[in-house]
Amino acid sequence: MIMPRKPYDAGKLSALLLFLPPALLLFTVFVVMPIGEAAWYSGFNWNGFGSPKNWIGWDNYRFVFDNKAFGTAFKNNLLIIVVSLLVQLPLALSLALILARAFKGAVMLRMLFFMPYILAEIATGLIFSFIYDGDYGLLAAIYRHFDAQAPHLLASPDTSMLAILLVIVWKYFGFHMMLFIAALQGMDKNLVEAARVDGASRWQILRHIIIPLLYPTIKLSIFFAIIGSLQLFDLIMPLTRGGPADSSHTMVSFLYNFGVMRMRVGFGSAVGVILFVVCVTFAFSYKKWFMRDED
Amino acid sequence: MKTEEAFSESGLDWAAFLKALYLLGVVLFVATPLVATVLGGFKSLGELRTNPFGLPQVWEWKNYTDILLSRRYWQLLQNSLIISTLTVILTLITASMAAFVFAHISFFGRTMMLNYITMGLLFPAATAILPLFIKVRDLGLLDHYLGVILPQVAFSLAMSILLLRRFFKELPEELLEAALVDGCSYLNFFRYVTLPLSRPILATVGTITFVHSWNAYLVPLVMLNSDSQYPWPMGIMIYQGEFSAEWHLILAFITLTLLPTIILFLFAQKHIVAGLTSGAVKG
Repeated sequence: MIMPRKPYDAGKLSALLLFLPPALLLFTVFVVMPIGEAAWYSGFNWNGFGSPKNWIGWDNYRFVFDNKAFGTAFKNNLLIIVVSLLVQLPLALSLALILARAFKGAVMLRMLFFMPYILAEIATGLIFSFIYDGDYGLLAAIYRHFDAQAPHLLASPDTSMLAILLVIVWKYFGFHMMLFIAALQGMDKNLVEAARVDGASRWQILRHIIIPLLYPTIKLSIFFAIIGSLQLFDLIMPLTRGGPADSSHTMVSFLYNFGVMRMRVGFGSAVGVILFVVCVTFAFSYKKWFMRDED
Repeated sequence: MKTEEAFSESGLDWAAFLKALYLLGVVLFVATPLVATVLGGFKSLGELRTNPFGLPQVWEWKNYTDILLSRRYWQLLQNSLIISTLTVILTLITASMAAFVFAHISFFGRTMMLNYITMGLLFPAATAILPLFIKVRDLGLLDHYLGVILPQVAFSLAMSILLLRRFFKELPEELLEAALVDGCSYLNFFRYVTLPLSRPILATVGTITFVHSWNAYLVPLVMLNSDSQYPWPMGIMIYQGEFSAEWHLILAFITLTLLPTIILFLFAQKHIVAGLTSGAVKG
């Protein structure tokens, strides 16, 4: 509905009709509709051929929640979040505090630490499946050096997740470090300077000035760690494919393994809808509760 | 207090020393896997087992040259390049046009429509991968580059439009008004003023989109099913499957397929870091 006010409003209308539809159409067809369709398909028992006919109501959701592997996958997603908060975040923050200052080599170190983030997850996963390899891997070599039996980390349900968590920290801490460095460099130096003049110790400055000023970035970093965990898939495939004994699935690798690979469209769509609800609920409540102050 | 003074007098700064030690530890943590991969590609399988950390005693250049001379390697890079380049171009065109409208033209429902697009930030493509597969199949685009490109463009639109719109809005509004009064059309203004002034943000958005598409795995995995179309991440998975225990060859293959990413990173560091982290700054 365009209100004609100025002489060039006809141009406005044609610009609107020319510029908006391509993006809107692509977005609607390939992003929004599939989510709606997932909700629809999730009510059927359907192998993807012909049209969905066998309506089974909420059964697919019951199958998902009854599936033990899904429970494990959900727990693994939570575990990844916990490790991101307890290991990755302190690592990234401490490195940022050191590397935000300009000294010889700081830029090079920043780049080195950031590099794993831009390497494809598939390649990263393969590199680490070499490192963990019980015969040829670096880890095995270290054990052999001490005449010990090398563990096959990826082959045991007890250690597979641990091995994956290490790769996650390796790959993603540099990204969070860069977020913190950007924030530190944009920070008002006067406050820190004033505190120093007033005789505050280094620790006091860090604790009472720098960290509070970083709260918005810390919240953002946590937000990305959680979203990243909910999306994690590529890294799982080369490392374990979710095994052994379904011990290392994430929700997305569960969806791929039990939905896509077996063409159980209804079941897989139900997993997708659950994932969608988790993502959206999380994003809204996190924004509402933690990021209210900065809109 | 006394000891502290003593240390600084003796020239030993413990804080600096511990910091350096910490940095060294992280450097080893990050670099060891990468260096071992590159060097591993130069070893024979036997040496990989006996000498996993050191420099190769015999440099097996053949591991690398065989791959570089194979059709397979170049085919993978070519497929990836086609998919990523077209994804970037289509994203930049459609997103910048939409962002222009959202930045400069007020119309009924604009906020609603912008919120609609913002929804795209909230969930990954994986949530709808099965319906997406069925849609691409029904459109006859399965096993076709476009079947990968169109979903990738669609899923990169939300972030791209928001970043571009923020930049467009900061361009002086008077410029547009003056141009319109002088009889310039929106289309020409977009083409001859907005786009040339927006090169930095276009480069940023283009780089983010390229890196994501270059590294993508799930969408190509679901949409493509013939070797001749596979992008490189699928290619290395298959290569690893074929050569399962011949790690020296796999490592050489990984190194060579990562080479373009690393070269791009060295040349476009600023854009990549700024892009990937600015995408982060408030969607």
